[in-house]
Amino acid sequence: MKNRHTLSVLVEDHPGVLNRVVSLLRRRSFNIDSITVGHSEQPGVSRMTIVVIGRDDEVEQAGKQLYKLMEVLKVTDVTPLNCVAHEMALIKVAAKSQTRSEILQIAQIYSARIVDASPTTLLIEATGPETHIDGLLTMLKAFGIRELVRTGPVAMMRGGTTVGVKESARPERELAVAGNGTTPHAN
Amino acid sequence: MAATGTVTLGTSPGATGGDPRSTEKPLLTGSEIVCRALEDEGVDTVFGYPGGAVIPLYDALPRAGFHHVLVRFEQWAALAAEGYARATGKPGVCLVTSGPGATNLVTGLADAMLDSVPIVAITGQVIQPLIGRDAFQEVDITGITLPVTKHNYLVSRIQDLAPTFKEAFHIATTGRPGPVLIDIPKTLFLQKHEYAYPDSVYRRGYQPTSVPNMRQVRLAADAIKKARKPLIMAGHGIMLSGATDLFREFVEKTGIPVAHTLLGLGTFPESHPLGLGLMGMHGHKHVNDALDECDLLLNIGARFDDRATGQVSGFAPNAFVVHVDIDPAEIGKNVRTDVPVVGDALEVLKLLMPEVTEGRHDDWMAWIDSRRDRALDEALEERPAWPEPYTIIKAIAEATSGEAIVTTDVGQHQMWAAQHFGFDHPDRWITSGGLGTMGFGLPSAVGAKIGRPDLEVWSVIGDGGFQMSSNELATAVQENLDINIAVINNGYLGMVRQWQDLFHAKNYSEVKIGAPQFEKLAEAYGITGITVRSDAEIRPAIERARSIRGPVLIDFVIEPEANVWPIVPPGAANSGMLHQQRFEG
Repeated sequence: MKNRHTLSVLVEDHPGVLNRVVSLLRRRSFNIDSITVGHSEQPGVSRMTIVVIGRDDEVEQAGKQLYKLMEVLKVTDVTPLNCVAHEMALIKVAAKSQTRSEILQIAQIYSARIVDASPTTLLIEATGPETHIDGLLTMLKAFGIRELVRTGPVAMMRGGTTVGVKESARPERELAVAGNGTTPHAN
Repeated sequence: MAATGTVTLGTSPGATGGDPRSTEKPLLTGSEIVCRALEDEGVDTVFGYPGGAVIPLYDALPRAGFHHVLVRFEQWAALAAEGYARATGKPGVCLVTSGPGATNLVTGLADAMLDSVPIVAITGQVIQPLIGRDAFQEVDITGITLPVTKHNYLVSRIQDLAPTFKEAFHIATTGRPGPVLIDIPKTLFLQKHEYAYPDSVYRRGYQPTSVPNMRQVRLAADAIKKARKPLIMAGHGIMLSGATDLFREFVEKTGIPVAHTLLGLGTFPESHPLGLGLMGMHGHKHVNDALDECDLLLNIGARFDDRATGQVSGFAPNAFVVHVDIDPAEIGKNVRTDVPVVGDALEVLKLLMPEVTEGRHDDWMAWIDSRRDRALDEALEERPAWPEPYTIIKAIAEATSGEAIVTTDVGQHQMWAAQHFGFDHPDRWITSGGLGTMGFGLPSAVGAKIGRPDLEVWSVIGDGGFQMSSNELATAVQENLDINIAVINNGYLGMVRQWQDLFHAKNYSEVKIGAPQFEKLAEAYGITGITVRSDAEIRPAIERARSIRGPVLIDFVIEPEANVWPIVPPGAANSGMLHQQRFEG
């Protein structure tokens, strides 16, 4: 059965690494739903959050393929883990004087902020799980969504557990993608 | 993209600042640094073709400590580097210019990628201020080769040049070997920097698993103990890890018969009672029958390629599958695996040997032997009038005592050679397996002969593929290479014709291929050409070719519509293979 999987991927922050990751997933026929890239807590290491759709074994294969890239340090499928996966959306919604207060109420329900306004629109910033953003959009649809941008989720495990790579010069190999006792990082 | 991969190498000028001698180091040009790096890697041969962006590098070549072989087409540089690497076990090196020189390499890189061959490709790039401006002979070769290289680099700083070479050779030759490309802007060849070659490489994102998990090794050993009809599928990885001697000990100890993949030919002697020979699409009947029947399949160093497995759902249907591979991404990629063992074949076998007991499988071996198809041997005893391809292959094998290096293109001649040469030694069978590259045979023979001048080299080629790379005869002549070329000439693109024959109602579409008179072509290159039109001429022609130093071409004019038997039809399981109904003609 195909499911959405959220992969947390730590990569060396080199020019071209995003190209390598995306190109690899494309040529192996993996469907990227969303991808976000940004700095991690470690200098020189970026964290990508990639949402792919596929069967468990396909996603495991995607993880193994990603490990074949020199820049990829760790791949974790955080989907089954207890994690927070939030995205941000900027929504420019049509707002006349008659509808403005109703939109404000809806924004409040979804803990969204108004970050800009014009005589005919409101610009709403919302964060939360994808379903949360979907819910807000459903509510705002009737007013007329003029423009929408969503970041795709970024994810982090709850509690004290971290998904990272050790700073040590030669880190222990970590079994990030479960599968038949195989270890990643070989090529 | 900028230079990647030099972060951890740390040989910037500052890094050696504490050493008072460092200030006295002479400055080298980028070109000289490239040459020094290649020398420090022990490179003795570079296959290349000059052009605008690498003129400064070629300026330094006459002073370099390695030999440059001028090929006649850039693709042949990559394929010659492959032939060299496959024959010697050392990385092959090729060198070309930017733009078309670089794009011409792509097929060779893809070939090396699919067959896990260590090569380092050097391409010139336009001067740095012009990168991204669609300059003359500019292409984004690192972008283009992303999917067909194990890794690639566009070097942007002179101080990264030497460390990049160190890392490139390391990546190309370790783990699962493969091609690595280094793209160097012309500007860097002209700049100067002191030379320091790093002693070691560390990339935290690249740490191949060579020693396997002992728990997995024990699971594999348990499976071997329980099996009553075990079979080994022997792949290229056994040769790449240098494990052939230990593998032979392992096979003889356990008594498990060996089915060879196309690239696994040579991992275990076919003349040995336990060496079964080729499996898969054109595998021997008894080998594919054994695959169907076995209760344990121990795959060592093969990737379950579709030409080996046939339809996956029908592959080794009764087998418990143990898969030994250094690349974890190969585990479970194509075939379900019961026990994966991730590691280098040599390291796995070292740990596995003490865990297994002496074994014999007489009933199983007798069963396999009973499945042999003897029709061909019987038919050959009739000695047909024309040069029969099987006879040609066997005659070359007999004349050379099976000691020769054999290179091929792709197609019928390749399968005839794979089926009937009978490989007893590693690194003697050099063929384009994964990519199936026409034109591979001659340039790879050039590389192989230069790498192993002590061995006799035969290039077995079809008349189609030979017309792709026949210009490489000039290189063989210029280098005075003692290569014997056997063109298996049926006037057709034979394998495509065979498929059209068997699966497209003999609709021979665009497979009839004319050719120059190869004997005359050979003469034009100043070498001996021999034409063979009858069975009786085969052996004398082979002996004559062997007696002449330098390249010799034999044009074996065979029956035009000879087919390769047996064949598993595309999309079918190995059990659905078609056998020769009668001896053709």
